[in-house]
Amino acid sequence: MEYEVVIGLEVHVQLKIKTKAFCGCSTEFGKPANTQVCPVCLGFPGSLPVLNKKALELAIKVGLALNCQIQKEIRFDRKNYFYPDLPKNYQISQYALPIALGGFLEIDLDENCKKNIGIRRLHLEEDAGKLIHTEKYSLVDFNRSGVALLEIVSEPQISSPHEAYNYLVNLKELLQYLEVSDCDMEKGSLRCDANISLKKKEDLKLGTKIELKNMNSFKAIKDALVYEIERQSSVLKKAKTLIQETRLWDAKQQKTFSMRTKEEAQDYRYFPEPDLVPFVLSEEEIQKIKQEIPELPQNKKQRFIKEYGLSYSEAKFIVSNKDLANYFEDCFSLYPQAKTVYNWIVGSLMAELNERKKEISRIELLPEEFTRLINQVEEKKLTQLKAKEILKKMLDTGESFSKIAQEESVEQISDEVMLNQIVQQVVKENPKSVEDYKAGKNNALMFLVGQVMRKTQKKANPQIVQGLLKEILDK
Amino acid sequence: MEKKQNYSVDVEKVKYIAHLARIDLKEQELILLSSQLKKILDFIDQLKELDVEKVPPTSHVLSLKNVLREDMPQESLPLDETLKNAPQFKDNFFVVPKIIE
Amino acid sequence: MELNQLTAFQLLKLLKEGSIACEDIISSLKERIQKIDFQINAYVRKDKDIGLSVPYIKEGCLKGIPVAIKDNIATCFLPTECCSRILKGFIPPYDATVIKRLKSEGALIFPLKTNMDEFAFGSSTENSCFGPTRNPWNLEYVVGGSSGGSAAAVAADEAIFALGTDTGGSIRQPASFCGVVGFKPTYGRVSRFGLIAFASSLDVIGPITKDVYDCALLLNIISGYDPCDSTSVEIPTKDFTQGLLGDIKGIKIGLPKEYFIEGLDREVKERIEEAVAELKKLGVVFQEVSLPHTKYAVAVYYIIATAEASSNLARFDGVQYGLRVDASSQEKDALIKMYKQTRKEGFGEEAKRRIILGTFALAHGYYEAYYLRAQKVRTLICQDFAEVFKECDCILTPTSPTAAFKLKEKIDDPLKMYLSDIFTISANLAGLPAISVPCGFTKKGLPVGMQILGKPFAEETILKVAYNYEQHTIWHKQKPKL
Repeated sequence: MEYEVVIGLEVHVQLKIKTKAFCGCSTEFGKPANTQVCPVCLGFPGSLPVLNKKALELAIKVGLALNCQIQKEIRFDRKNYFYPDLPKNYQISQYALPIALGGFLEIDLDENCKKNIGIRRLHLEEDAGKLIHTEKYSLVDFNRSGVALLEIVSEPQISSPHEAYNYLVNLKELLQYLEVSDCDMEKGSLRCDANISLKKKEDLKLGTKIELKNMNSFKAIKDALVYEIERQSSVLKKAKTLIQETRLWDAKQQKTFSMRTKEEAQDYRYFPEPDLVPFVLSEEEIQKIKQEIPELPQNKKQRFIKEYGLSYSEAKFIVSNKDLANYFEDCFSLYPQAKTVYNWIVGSLMAELNERKKEISRIELLPEEFTRLINQVEEKKLTQLKAKEILKKMLDTGESFSKIAQEESVEQISDEVMLNQIVQQVVKENPKSVEDYKAGKNNALMFLVGQVMRKTQKKANPQIVQGLLKEILDK
Repeated sequence: MEKKQNYSVDVEKVKYIAHLARIDLKEQELILLSSQLKKILDFIDQLKELDVEKVPPTSHVLSLKNVLREDMPQESLPLDETLKNAPQFKDNFFVVPKIIE
Repeated sequence: MELNQLTAFQLLKLLKEGSIACEDIISSLKERIQKIDFQINAYVRKDKDIGLSVPYIKEGCLKGIPVAIKDNIATCFLPTECCSRILKGFIPPYDATVIKRLKSEGALIFPLKTNMDEFAFGSSTENSCFGPTRNPWNLEYVVGGSSGGSAAAVAADEAIFALGTDTGGSIRQPASFCGVVGFKPTYGRVSRFGLIAFASSLDVIGPITKDVYDCALLLNIISGYDPCDSTSVEIPTKDFTQGLLGDIKGIKIGLPKEYFIEGLDREVKERIEEAVAELKKLGVVFQEVSLPHTKYAVAVYYIIATAEASSNLARFDGVQYGLRVDASSQEKDALIKMYKQTRKEGFGEEAKRRIILGTFALAHGYYEAYYLRAQKVRTLICQDFAEVFKECDCILTPTSPTAAFKLKEKIDDPLKMYLSDIFTISANLAGLPAISVPCGFTKKGLPVGMQILGKPFAEETILKVAYNYEQHTIWHKQKPKL
């Protein structure tokens, strides 16, 4: 690669709080347009903002989790520009004295490699409304106007589209662990713009910075960056210069296009927001918030690998969801076989949950019950098949393992004498299959095993049945 | 002592500022404003006589800090109240000229 | 005397006795307005019929008394247009907090709003889209501004009392030009929620009344912490009418030398000196003090106030309320054209001038030289006052360097107009409480006002001084011949 890639990411995250940043309107998603508004978030003349305490607390929490310096004095500023989705034609944001500065996010590059990406700053601001464009005109819905946003700006230390993708995955994980946001790009609770420039390795100065917008998924961001690297390198190779501009990603055409409307750089005329007083945080208050931070994903991953002997990808998967990780640990504490528990959760349980479209956080299956089931199977008192059936019943009815097991009287039949009788019967009843087997069709064996299982309500030990059948058939 | 800088307020500058402020001004208005602003800014320039390097700015005259509110939902405005002053609206929405992004 | 000529205090007594009803007060005011307002133009949108029936009003200490409201304070169901074309027809879906407070004490919100300089930009009420208000003492003269309509209405007995707003002197200066009492509370004492903002760090709402007692009465109701206003201060409420009692012996008042200079009208100077002599008789101790950065106040004000205003007025763009001038939607840039045309036609000259000046002061490359520098000098001005208040309880100055000037006299010279605010502006920059009380007349029969400034949240002290002075003089009993 002739050029070094320098990428910075700017992420906006909608905070998961009940009301907006500066007024008491609800933040519930999906309500009819312009029904979650009030004079404040509509910017009606005479209205005034009052900051949501929870928004400030969550912002500080994120700042601490990203290893930032929480600023002693915090202030809001007005960012002035005209646009119909911005009711006051200024946005209450932070410019000079943001909430946090100078942190880092540890990202996974691959199994054995990590990298710290610097966080330049983190601040709070209010969201704008939504615009819908029709053929003849544009429509404005202010439900989203005033929603609290957290802006997280990385240092330009990301060196590839792959790293950028991982940065977002790791950041999302962290934010979900802190329960500050749903981070759902489809719903718009997470948005991301990228800055990218290329430079030759020997150059000290950074290249022309180009801003990329309109990417609606992590993959789109990656694709857009890949495209831009291609485009920018080819321009530079031809010894031409790049224009500092903003480009939009077109997902359909898989290309970036220049935003023609931005001819001049915007002059936002930032000045201190006179309607909001400054915020000064004591060390005590900051420490209190710090106490509330749970074990974060990167640490948890490391610990799971070390303590439970899980592989990197196993740990990565199970840690990616905080509730899943907690469930795993709860089960492990009752049944300390990490791989077994892992396989049962990831294999059987997740499948059942996905089918029922249920989240692990909403699961009513207690770890005690689940581990009882696992135990029975591992001690060969229960067939896998039967266990899966019982699991389904447990999830459907919410009843305990013992109750359901009793109902099904699920003791596995291992008695060879008893099984032999049934095996003999099945062989007698299925002459064609016997012939097929003798002719070399191994499927026929499985069919016969199945018949025995049917006759024993699936209680027969399938290994033993297979053994017995072979004995008879191979004679 | 700071060198006296003379910021010109020529018509071009006023035109640019008017664009930032989204106000359309006729050529005559631009010329008149330009001369009026020049006079006002010359008057304001007396502030440069003062040495304010070590003086902190006052953005808030009160020493009030940390004014916050609880995260408790309040009633929103009924739709008809929200739209009753709208110059143009359709169904639930405010209507503006089509924006091409 | 007619009912409309009485004070709120007097009317409350009569209402309590049962000798009059609220309808009688309204009727009396209506008659007066019909008789003279075509000359004064204190009220706007007069085509609205003032019904005589009184809506349901609550029990409270202002029960039955009508209050006239300046056109920049939000009143639910009543148009609130800041006397600007750009807000034509705007009816807020909510009440300002001060309005809520008045209603909860049984006051009646008068159905006509008072005239003002558009968006409070002015010192003469000549910048209104409804035409100027004329001075009841002499119709060829201005009433001052921007709360000119409120001041004139009170002076001419077209209102019992009124609310105005003060950003650089807009309550005090018109009060002094009209011979009535005008009070600027400490910034943070009265909620700004519902006040259509001009300069957010300077604006306050305050009473304009016939005498100091009514002023204290009104201040009682509108003051107080409001959780909807982040700049509202939570301090225990006082009964300001109780605080009027008692003498003012030994109160130390500073006379800043920078206010008694060339440019101060000779007759104004004489009236102030006479007032000082009266106060001395009442036991007040005077001393000369210095507010060395006074001369920079106007410059500082016109940067900070216009900068904040340029941002506060950005919302008037034709999207959600008020005037919209449409470009043909087929045009490219139709949206920008709509913004520019709407604001071109909707804003008056002074509004446009201030928005441009304010935008300039914040623009990239100018911010440090103008806005930031002005904020620093503001600190120096605040420090000046803090120094003086170490020694003194109050500061006394003329409210304005002159009495009322003639209509159109200063309208073509914006800078000249700005300089007439020189004595009132500093109180806004420092957030201090201040009152203007009438202290005499010029030979031409135009009122002169005296200003008393106090320490932050020391409304009680300045009210007491003003009350004592007033009770020993007859200025508040004078009425214009109309």
